[in-house]
Amino acid sequence: MHTLKERALHPLRRSGHHTFRALENISLEVKKGEFFGIVGRNGSGKSTLLKCLAGIYSPDTGKIWIRGRMSPFIELGVGFNPDLAARDNVVLNGIMLGLSPREARARYAHVIEFAELEEFQELKLKNYSSGMQVRLAFSVAIQVDADVLLVDEVLAVGDASFSQKCFDVFNRLRDEGTTIVLVTHDMGAVNRFCHRAVLLEHGEIVGQGEPEQVANQYLELNFNRDAPELSTGAERTGNGAARIIDVWCEAADGSQPAMYLQGQELRLCARVEFVEEAVDPGLTVEFENAHRVVALIASTAVEHERSGRFAIGEEAVFSVEFTNVLAPGRYFLIVTISRLGRGLEILDRSARETSVVVQGSVAQGGVVDLPIRAVIERAPALGRRRVQV
Amino acid sequence: MSTVDYSEDLGDPIRGPSALSGDPRRFWHLTYTVARTEFKLRFYGSVLGYLWTLMRPLLLFGVLDVVYSLGKLGGYDSRYPAMLLSGVVMYTFFLEATGGAVSCVVDRENFVRKIQFPRLAIPLAVVLTAIFNLCANCLAIAVFIFIDGVRPRIEWIELPFIFVALAVFAAGCAMLLSALYVRFRDIRPIWDVICQVLFYISLILIPIERIYSKSTTLLHLWMLNPLADLMQQFRAALLGPVQPPHPGLPPDPSGSFSAAEAIGGYAHLMIPIGICVFITVFGFWIFNRSAPHIADNL
Repeated sequence: MHTLKERALHPLRRSGHHTFRALENISLEVKKGEFFGIVGRNGSGKSTLLKCLAGIYSPDTGKIWIRGRMSPFIELGVGFNPDLAARDNVVLNGIMLGLSPREARARYAHVIEFAELEEFQELKLKNYSSGMQVRLAFSVAIQVDADVLLVDEVLAVGDASFSQKCFDVFNRLRDEGTTIVLVTHDMGAVNRFCHRAVLLEHGEIVGQGEPEQVANQYLELNFNRDAPELSTGAERTGNGAARIIDVWCEAADGSQPAMYLQGQELRLCARVEFVEEAVDPGLTVEFENAHRVVALIASTAVEHERSGRFAIGEEAVFSVEFTNVLAPGRYFLIVTISRLGRGLEILDRSARETSVVVQGSVAQGGVVDLPIRAVIERAPALGRRRVQV
Repeated sequence: MSTVDYSEDLGDPIRGPSALSGDPRRFWHLTYTVARTEFKLRFYGSVLGYLWTLMRPLLLFGVLDVVYSLGKLGGYDSRYPAMLLSGVVMYTFFLEATGGAVSCVVDRENFVRKIQFPRLAIPLAVVLTAIFNLCANCLAIAVFIFIDGVRPRIEWIELPFIFVALAVFAAGCAMLLSALYVRFRDIRPIWDVICQVLFYISLILIPIERIYSKSTTLLHLWMLNPLADLMQQFRAALLGPVQPPHPGLPPDPSGSFSAAEAIGGYAHLMIPIGICVFITVFGFWIFNRSAPHIADNL
């Protein structure tokens, strides 16, 4: 209700306040020099928590203490004006972030050098590409010397080389003993940088501790929630000679967790009812990832080509088992019961009706993550053995 | 929530946002930088730049002067144009400072939600920008009245104080309006109307002797408006007593009325001063109270 008119027209409506508790019962401590991660789903209260730390929102109850000077990176480039050139904007933004005008001017050269924008100094900001603007903003932000940094998902800025530079800066700051609180969705960053992390859900702390453990918990939370809502493009084909009644996954011990850890045994089972008599049927399971790429195909036909004769009305469970090397993510299953007759005869095929989530914290970026053995040898050892070319 | 013993030293508590907190130097740097940028940007890209700052009140003045000289409103005072100009300039300042302040906090949402800083810097920066413009406009007045034949007077010492009083009053209104606007968007049209009324009742157009010749009581009531007092005091100090049109006549006393004389004594003058102080203190109080929650209420 923003105007009196609304108030007059709806005199009985209590001003439309729904109390929403963004954060509740949060208690945590970040030690000096720690790189502390705050993770959580959208709307879980991460940013509110960070803004409370930054002193932008004040909590209704409870207190927060800090020792030392703090610099929040809640948003880059606060105060940037598109009509001004780089210098004015750097000074403006620096002052916003707590520098004195003199300090801000003195650091201008560093800023512009770090941002790699020397050639574009005279250009008005509106003529910068968005990546350049972010680079400039980030460069100002790191010029503010602080004992405590609050960072809200700004790590992934600019192109690949600049983003590497940002990571380097955070690493350096961490090594110099700056306390850093990072809010992010990027579990990779959490694993790589954080000493400790906390997971928020509905404004409450649901997990706290080792970054790896918190990251896994976060992934689990994420995939569990989204599961039933996905439009899968499910389809059913086949000549109807058999019917797939049920498809499920299980771990080596027969349990059915919400997600399957990378590197462990995974068994995929399908219960099949035969409507007609079938000779030597086989099960094929395709794992299709989010990009609709089939990452893996597992089939019973390799080991059991001659599976025997199945009578009408008979039920059987076909299963394939393998070491889970799939990259973390959700996989849709295309399950086919087929038979080698004249060509391949598909008895029943259930596509994308079931999915399985693989969890792992070290995604290399490929479709699968195989166990890798790495060797590094120093040059002198090689040199002795190698013949000069 | 359970009580925890925080007897060990945890450093300084984070207090959350407020109207005035932290380093006063930072407060000033922020206010000044924002105001300066705003001032620089106002006429960004225009060919004549700052000249437009002067043009606006001058044009308004020119139009009014022509219109009202046709109606002989100025009476026999040959310095009616100078009075009109000074009135217009002061009114322009007030309008800019307060009108610009109404939505300033809401407009700068990205600051308020993204960084920690003393919230009062926003409305005060708007007032400061208006002060910069006022200074530029004062040059215009100076040139004009010099051409008009007014020579420096000892009473000009008063002028800066009048400006300060006007600026404080404008800042009070700015704080009040900007804090209220966050909750009630009606403030904008309401304030527009009030400003329009203020234009007509603040002795900008109507010379004081017109009201004086109607009734003394009316004049006393009229002068309850703090803006009218500031205008009148400003002119009395700037221009001095009115010279009679013919050497033999006694000087018209009304032209040189100080604010105190116009309202009927220093005791009565306490009322507009009181209004002024009240609005300023009240404005600060309201702003200070709402500052911690501005970010939540936007």
